Amino acid sequence: MLENILLTIATAATPLLLAAIGELVVERSGVLNLGVEGIMIMGAVTGFAVSLSTGNPWLGLIAATIAGALFSQLFAFLVITIATNQVATGLSLTLLGIGLSGMIGESFVGQPGVKLPTLDIPILSDLPVVGKLLFAQDPLFYLSIVLVFAVMWFLFRTRTGLTLRSIGDNHTSAHALGISVHKYRYFAVMFGGACGGMAGAHLTLVYTSQWIENMSAGRGWIALALVVFASWRPLRVLLGAYLFGAITIVQLHIQATNLRDLESLPAPLYWLAEIVKSIPSQFLSSLPYLATILVLVIISSNRRLTLINTPASLGRPFVPDR
Amino acid sequence: MRGEPAGDIPVQHSGNMAETGLDGAGKTGGGSATPMLEVRDIVKTFGPLTANDHVSLAIGEGEIHALLGENGAGKSTLVKMLYGSLQPDSGDIVWRGEKVSITSPSQARRIGIGMVFQHFSLFESLSVADNILLSLEPDLAKGNIAEKARQLSEDYGLPLNPHSIIGDLSVGERQRVEIVRCLLQNPDLIILDEPTSVLTPQEADNLFVTLERLKSEGKSILYISHRLEEVKRLCDRATILRHGKVVGECDPRQETAASLASLMVGSSVDEIRKEAADTSGKEALLTLNGIDLPASSPFAVALSGITLDVRAGEVIGVAGVAGNGQSEFFRVVSGEETLRDANAILIRGQPAANLGINQRRRMGAAFVPEERLGHGAVPEMPLTGNLLLSRHSSDRAAFVGLGPIGLVRTDIIRDASARVSEEMDVRKSGADPDAGSLSGGNLQKFIMGRELDRQPSVIVVNQPTWGVDAGAAARIRQALIDLARSGSAVLVISQDLDEIFEISDSIVVMHDGYMSARVPISEATYEKIGLLMGGANPGHEMPEMPDTAHHGGVA
Repeated sequence: MLENILLTIATAATPLLLAAIGELVVERSGVLNLGVEGIMIMGAVTGFAVSLSTGNPWLGLIAATIAGALFSQLFAFLVITIATNQVATGLSLTLLGIGLSGMIGESFVGQPGVKLPTLDIPILSDLPVVGKLLFAQDPLFYLSIVLVFAVMWFLFRTRTGLTLRSIGDNHTSAHALGISVHKYRYFAVMFGGACGGMAGAHLTLVYTSQWIENMSAGRGWIALALVVFASWRPLRVLLGAYLFGAITIVQLHIQATNLRDLESLPAPLYWLAEIVKSIPSQFLSSLPYLATILVLVIISSNRRLTLINTPASLGRPFVPDR
Repeated sequence: MRGEPAGDIPVQHSGNMAETGLDGAGKTGGGSATPMLEVRDIVKTFGPLTANDHVSLAIGEGEIHALLGENGAGKSTLVKMLYGSLQPDSGDIVWRGEKVSITSPSQARRIGIGMVFQHFSLFESLSVADNILLSLEPDLAKGNIAEKARQLSEDYGLPLNPHSIIGDLSVGERQRVEIVRCLLQNPDLIILDEPTSVLTPQEADNLFVTLERLKSEGKSILYISHRLEEVKRLCDRATILRHGKVVGECDPRQETAASLASLMVGSSVDEIRKEAADTSGKEALLTLNGIDLPASSPFAVALSGITLDVRAGEVIGVAGVAGNGQSEFFRVVSGEETLRDANAILIRGQPAANLGINQRRRMGAAFVPEERLGHGAVPEMPLTGNLLLSRHSSDRAAFVGLGPIGLVRTDIIRDASARVSEEMDVRKSGADPDAGSLSGGNLQKFIMGRELDRQPSVIVVNQPTWGVDAGAAARIRQALIDLARSGSAVLVISQDLDEIFEISDSIVVMHDGYMSARVPISEATYEKIGLLMGGANPGHEMPEMPDTAHHGGVA
């Protein structure tokens, strides 16, 4: 049973991780994309539609990624080229995504879809305990973990990554050095969109195999909170995604479990379950946001932490003078 | 370091390349034949405005060349074209005898032009080494940048720790980073845009030593400034711009500051008239009793025990390097930030520290904040609207009609606005344009005039002439002195030391949230004030500074 819980935690964490690591790159470049939820749901519906009509979930995944990237370019054009307000534009993108996906997906409701196969890594997947957990997962699980380390390497070990961070810190200075602020931001937003699209595909190709309207159910918002929670650091995003994923799953399990079934557990575990069961589930679902607020409070009380971690030009439109 | 081949340069010349690459060793003083950089008949227009109108100048090898001019004279436009951020409409840029077109900053760096920006183009969250790396061309950015930067900085007497985060550095140290970053590109021509505007006099002296040394190594320097004393002291030649045109070229050492100024402004600038203030027996109109204010944000400076009397008839100047608590000080004195202890600030003897801005205005005080746009005035509002905004409470009886609705009396406000414009010589298009459409100097004159029009008994001004041309600045300074002599108390916060010396009867210095004891103008010297600005403590009541080493001299 414990192993099952852990497996479902990975399934719950992966879309959060994918969307958040993409948004992290976007925010590191100084752009705040509140449209993650909308991008995710567009990815979800596109992935479902393409895999259903072709019968190939891999094509569905690719289509979802492209859809996310393209959809995000609408946002990029508005906030980067026309320099519209990023918050308002991001919110509209979310609303547009939810509405548009509902319309596209109307005929898919209730249809059985296709699932991405799990990829068992030979030998390693036969290891006891960790084998199933780490090496017999869906492809997006592996990809999400690889992406975290790739983004880490890119941001902190490459010159291009340094340039991207410098734009997030001060776009005016970057422009004065001859760095193309717009180009970097377009690519960052596109990467974030592709990740969001994949996160959406995870919902319709791995998590479930059906399309339900508005099925992203706030995961985009959790991903956004996660980036702040992680203070814009990739490894902490990984940690946070699994923490937030765990909270979601534990909460579901506790609701479904009858305390009487747990009497066989050792006493301390039972007491823990008892305590957790007495917490209203609404409180548990709000934990990610509470944790994010807590992190913000801690960061902003320390000047150095704020300075080093927060992209200073986040959310500020950039208009080069003349 | 020198003699690195400059690589593949997309410039129309190739014959001189070998020579360009080897210049460091051979040529030191003999390059008088061809100037290093020549600008011929450059024209640049922005819509109806001609920013550069057939500008020509030449900079020789090993020459420190000053580019003088008021704000809006076209200095920045010219420099941006030399550094590749802007393209000229017509005219030629000639580099070492060859016509070049500089299409981007990175190309400018490749042919050997480096730039030290006025408003630092540094990234606060990154380390010194990362900041340097970002500005280097990829082919130069190899090896241990941190080590190279450390060596070069020590070599030039500009010590730096390459691993510090920029946000932790003082302004002087940040400029060192800019200079070291520029030098690592091994430029032949270094452009410095108003480099001393943010430095203490001692830091500026260190900068001059570095510049002299660069000159002796055969590097050319284009030095942009409106500080004439500096230019006279440092520069070999000067080109003066006015309204986008070259109006003169001279050897600044042969000129007087007054002759240079009149070239810049186009007419002789009125001398400031200031009779000695007689404040004996006059009452203190503004009294500060030990103001303490904890830092409100991680970037703010805490104020500690600020005590000062400003008496009727005198001007007190508050000097200091930016970021030593002047903004916080202004916010507290003006009432943007209130204190619990009402007696910490007395306006005409009445406790006021717990009162808001409008209440203090009604007690006869007036305030002019630092930023003109967004703080001192709403850019999208017409001048009359801006006038009403600051005076609706203090002049309620005149500007706002009776009755519960409080109708605004537009005609009276329009008259008042016209009176202010007339009095301060505000040049504007139309009768009542938006504040944002005025030039910086004219808007500042209007904002000052709006307060002076009330004949306030106390006025507190932050950076009265920042970014204002010489003519407008002289007018504003004279107005402040005249107001004091007519019996008001005037407190002026400024980073411009010349201004402080010109208008003040006494000077106080802010450093790290502390305020020095007052220094009467008769005893004040640049050196004395400069030391106080750097945090030195010449036996006054200023408490021990924790970080004097921070600003310590670099001989």
